[in-house]
Amino acid sequence: MPDQPNIRRTVASVQQRTDAIQAAFEERGLKPGEFIEEFEHLAEEKWIPENGARVVAKAWTDPAFKQRLLANGRQAVTEMGLAMPPHHRHLVVLENTASLQNVICCTLCSCTAFTIIGLPPDWYKELEYRSRVVRQSRTVLKEMGLDLPSEVEIRVWDTTADTRYMVLPERPAHTAGWSEEQLAAIVTKDAMIGVARL
Amino acid sequence: MDGMHDLGGKQGFGRIRYALNAKVFHEPWEKRANALYSLAVKLGIFNMDEYRHAIERMEPRHYLTASYYERSLTSLATLCVEKGILTLEELERRAQGSFPLATPSAAGRTNVAAREHFKPGDKVRVRSDYVPGHVRMPGYIRGKTGVVVGVSPAYPFPDAHAHGVEAADEPTFDVRFRTEDLWPNSADPALVHVGVFQSYLERVSG
Repeated sequence: MPDQPNIRRTVASVQQRTDAIQAAFEERGLKPGEFIEEFEHLAEEKWIPENGARVVAKAWTDPAFKQRLLANGRQAVTEMGLAMPPHHRHLVVLENTASLQNVICCTLCSCTAFTIIGLPPDWYKELEYRSRVVRQSRTVLKEMGLDLPSEVEIRVWDTTADTRYMVLPERPAHTAGWSEEQLAAIVTKDAMIGVARL
Repeated sequence: MDGMHDLGGKQGFGRIRYALNAKVFHEPWEKRANALYSLAVKLGIFNMDEYRHAIERMEPRHYLTASYYERSLTSLATLCVEKGILTLEELERRAQGSFPLATPSAAGRTNVAAREHFKPGDKVRVRSDYVPGHVRMPGYIRGKTGVVVGVSPAYPFPDAHAHGVEAADEPTFDVRFRTEDLWPNSADPALVHVGVFQSYLERVSG
């Protein structure tokens, strides 16, 4: 049947649209298959919150490292063999205390220090979190299970440029004497985003 | 542009769809869509500012109803078509259906001529600029006053970089705002920090 431009055709599924681009790239010799495999490996094995957890555990146990981390996050994580993409030129580490809760977000899209704290979880990229966390931070945190006492100050950080942020959670009191490995095991992505305490 | 993507402070959205250990990807095509746009960036077909802007240019109804990765896919396809790598006809033939793209781009702009350097503690105001193209100033800080708390290295200026316009790299300043100033009598008390490009800021004396 000839094309009938005045009739609106059904929108192809996202799967079909993805296949279409992949096939077009393939035909042009851009080798998408190889790159997809490499990307899946990075997403599953390399860009994981265990990286940030190691950084946090070291900061909790090594005061000199913590100072370097707070002074220049990018350089300090590089010391630990962790990498950031070239366009993330700056990593700002935000220290939580008993009276201060830092929270990160990206109201315009979904920017995160993904090589350090892991790729952003689904809710972080959703319209609800992006619209509300800057304006209703305490309410949003409470809905997410973090009911902060009123004396705790909240500082929200909106990732609108290529500077990246990560939260250094407060070390739980019951972990005195724990090894760095034990400590790293309790640090979560959500705590490094700042929507949870440990 | 004052687009649909500029969500900070918009009212009416419901509870966060939060789960512990939430997933990053839900379906296999999402990873492929993410990988394909990353490949295009790696190959130099477009840069991250162009990528973000093509998402912002999605028709608002499409933006709001598309999933996160459908937005990635739409940006990728739009830019490949605009740059002549692919044609819409080819994509629709291969996809066996229509392939909605983003709306066309408006003009970009270069750096503001008189840029000042700020240091932590300086009081600054966000210029009341209305920009048709890409901009990384969320609407909720336009015209608002805050205090500089941090300075970054220089980055490509997004308003230019998303449009192939020549511009100097410039630093961003982490500026601290009070929610009480951003949304008087209409927000939870808190401090909100935004990474603001130098061109978006002017000094407030006193």
